[in-house]
Amino acid sequence: MIYEVFRQERKGQAFQHAGSIEAADERFAESYAREQYGRRGESQALWVVARSSILQIDEFVDELNRNYHRVDGYPLKEKLKEARERAGTSRPAVADR
Amino acid sequence: MDQREQDFLEYVQGGGQVEAGDWMPDEYRTRLRKFIEMHGNSELMGVLPEREWILRAPTLQRKLALTAKVQDEVGHAQLIYRVVEDLGKPRDECFDDLISGKSKFHNVFHYPTKTWGDVGVIAWLVDAAAIISQKALLKCSYAPYARIMKKICWEESFHILHGRDVILTLMNGTDDQRELVQEALNRWWGPLMQFHGNPIPADQDPMLVWRIKSQGNDEARQQFLDGYVPQIWELGLTVPDRALRQDEQTRRWQYTEPDWDELKSVVTGHGPKTEDRLDLRRQARENSAWVRSVLLAA
Repeated sequence: MIYEVFRQERKGQAFQHAGSIEAADERFAESYAREQYGRRGESQALWVVARSSILQIDEFVDELNRNYHRVDGYPLKEKLKEARERAGTSRPAVADR
Repeated sequence: MDQREQDFLEYVQGGGQVEAGDWMPDEYRTRLRKFIEMHGNSELMGVLPEREWILRAPTLQRKLALTAKVQDEVGHAQLIYRVVEDLGKPRDECFDDLISGKSKFHNVFHYPTKTWGDVGVIAWLVDAAAIISQKALLKCSYAPYARIMKKICWEESFHILHGRDVILTLMNGTDDQRELVQEALNRWWGPLMQFHGNPIPADQDPMLVWRIKSQGNDEARQQFLDGYVPQIWELGLTVPDRALRQDEQTRRWQYTEPDWDELKSVVTGHGPKTEDRLDLRRQARENSAWVRSVLLAA
């Protein structure tokens, strides 16, 4: 079995992927992970996860083109340019305030 | 090269990183796997010269430190072979190829460790040379390898500490002890200068082109000399190369051309201790076969 090891360096920090180990079961995985990543007090905590338990998602198809979820759904720059032209201003009138 | 390969090449050259499940060109995968496998082999074979000194270490503290170093290096081999496995070559095949002499390991691990002075020089200078190569791998285009390199570099820096401590203790000792260090340095200087390999122009080195390595061989050697020659000199030791000097203007080191024929002969399996060490690895593998079968069946 392949186990992926994630380690947290200090309390409050995100767990980061550190490497993987091969072990027959969880008990062995625990002791190998301790030896590889905890022997010198370098980790606050470890997550040891069977690779087969990890659900990886890496395709994000946006079939309905729901651009209202994204920054590019709001083309403010062009609209602002047009609005300024209509108002006859060129930039925010900070100096007049 | 088709468009997909061209895109991949541009991606890695621009600093992009690749994960295990990503598509990669065959040439990239093959070169990467071969390189990482040799690194794994070197970690594994690298403990053998030091292992010989565990029983002969001068104090209990040194014995424990050396044992810990050996354990670290084997641990590195374990992590590295895992990366190789994910690239498609099972660990058992790596061991088969290592033992049969089909795959290679680093030149410095083909030499004998004559005295305790050699143990100090290995931990200090061989590990220093290695950490320079390994630090440059932190930026490797293959992300799983780059990630484990963080841990490996961190532990190697411990080994340099241990090596310096051994050397400083000897240098503060008797004339005989200082002599021991000088003799060890004389023996190791040649292999150390060969360690980073012969200079290859950056655009002709496929390892650099694919961004597997981020530093040329000659650059690594210059960095090693920059960092360590002053440290060697300050202890009153002599570097056994009369031509060695730093150019005042360019700050580049000049030195006698390393013996590239020796390097080639040694890494292709003709080093003074190659056969012995491979024999030992062969025996160790046979003797531990039952342990592996029990552990993996647990």
